[in-house]
Amino acid sequence: MSEIIVVTSGKGGVGKTTTSAAIAAGLAKQGHKTVVIDFDVGLRNLDIVMGCERRVVYDFVNIIHGEAALSQTLIKDKREPNLFILPASQTRDKEALTLDGVGRVLEELKQQFSYIICDSPAGIETGALMAMYYADRAIVVTNPEVSSVRDSDRILGILASKTRRAEQGETPISEHLLLTRYSLERVATGEMLSVQDVQEILAVPLLGVIPESKAVLRASNTGTPVIFDETSDAGQAYSDAVERLLGKDKPHRFIGEKKKGLFRRLFDRSKEEQLA
Amino acid sequence: MSILNYFRKQKPSANIAKERLQIIISHERSARQQPDFLPRLQQDIVEVIAKYIAIDQDQVNVQLEHIGDNAILELNITMPEIALESSADD
Ligand SMILES: Nc1ncnc2c1ncn2[C@@H]1O[C@H](COP(=O)(O)OP(=O)(O)OP(=O)(O)O)[C@@H](O)[C@H]1O
Ligand SMILES: [Mg+2]
Repeated sequence: MSEIIVVTSGKGGVGKTTTSAAIAAGLAKQGHKTVVIDFDVGLRNLDIVMGCERRVVYDFVNIIHGEAALSQTLIKDKREPNLFILPASQTRDKEALTLDGVGRVLEELKQQFSYIICDSPAGIETGALMAMYYADRAIVVTNPEVSSVRDSDRILGILASKTRRAEQGETPISEHLLLTRYSLERVATGEMLSVQDVQEILAVPLLGVIPESKAVLRASNTGTPVIFDETSDAGQAYSDAVERLLGKDKPHRFIGEKKKGLFRRLFDRSKEEQLA
Repeated sequence: MSILNYFRKQKPSANIAKERLQIIISHERSARQQPDFLPRLQQDIVEVIAKYIAIDQDQVNVQLEHIGDNAILELNITMPEIALESSADD
């Protein structure tokens, strides 16, 4: 049995590619044969985040057009034997992907892989619809910010109506909320929506909370999925998310309040005084 | 104003974000479940009413309710108090 998981968001730049790379690498690390596909035709950058940009020969569109075989196109990760990357085309127009073509490639991938991770482009146009159409599960990447939450809600609506499972009246896609770039400090000062706020609004089960982390830039600088940085907060948060994806019950970290510093204590005291 | 007050002033911004989101999303969700023409119908109605009184988009609410085999088009317009006395001058 293999599963197709789309990583989507509506809004751009919220962390879909970072998440696709981390989740795919994490699943592979757990022993599952996994492929991660870049659906961002024209703007590919999963290969950069995965550090295999110099090994791209053929791409997704070449396979669809029968110009290359799957085996020639898949890039095998150098660190993790269970991990493969299918790069997006850089030159062709967005119409290069067809629903039929994508379906055929996914069917072929299902023969070999346990998990197929689809890194969606931003927006709600063709590319994003293609990435989600055949999905069994969806990871909705959201930042604690008004426009991102709103776009996530729109994407949830589209997942529930414009996908194969919806059209054929099958069991709906199972949805997971992944809150990324979360800053505990800013939540504590009331500047940032909390995980509870976002969950209350979107009402989707929480897969994890990924803190705003310096490790993410460091990882992308070196072309390493951040989950391989096992001591980093973001790496650990992604590891937990992968375990939850595999059905394990892991308590959420990085959402509780940190130890209060002197400033917070002063602040709280003056607040109490004011209330009194 | 002390520095503590300055930080305290920022406290509600996440609350404002949440309230705004609840409104935006409830609007969009209900729009999603309606037939395609309802938003345009609502827009037309707003435009007609706006010819006579100052009215906001969110003061007009159009909904289609299904009861058995029938569909009822429900139209709710909140009229501003002043608009009933004077006319379009606010
Ligand atoms: N948890 C995090 N902490 C800090 N920075 C992050 C985090 N997650 C993502 N970023 C940064 O945010 C930027 C956008 O991330 P990413 O490319 O993964 O987003 P995306 O949703 O794939 O964007 P696009 O919509 O353009 O495809 C990158 O610079 C990335 O390094
Ligand atoms: Mg991306």
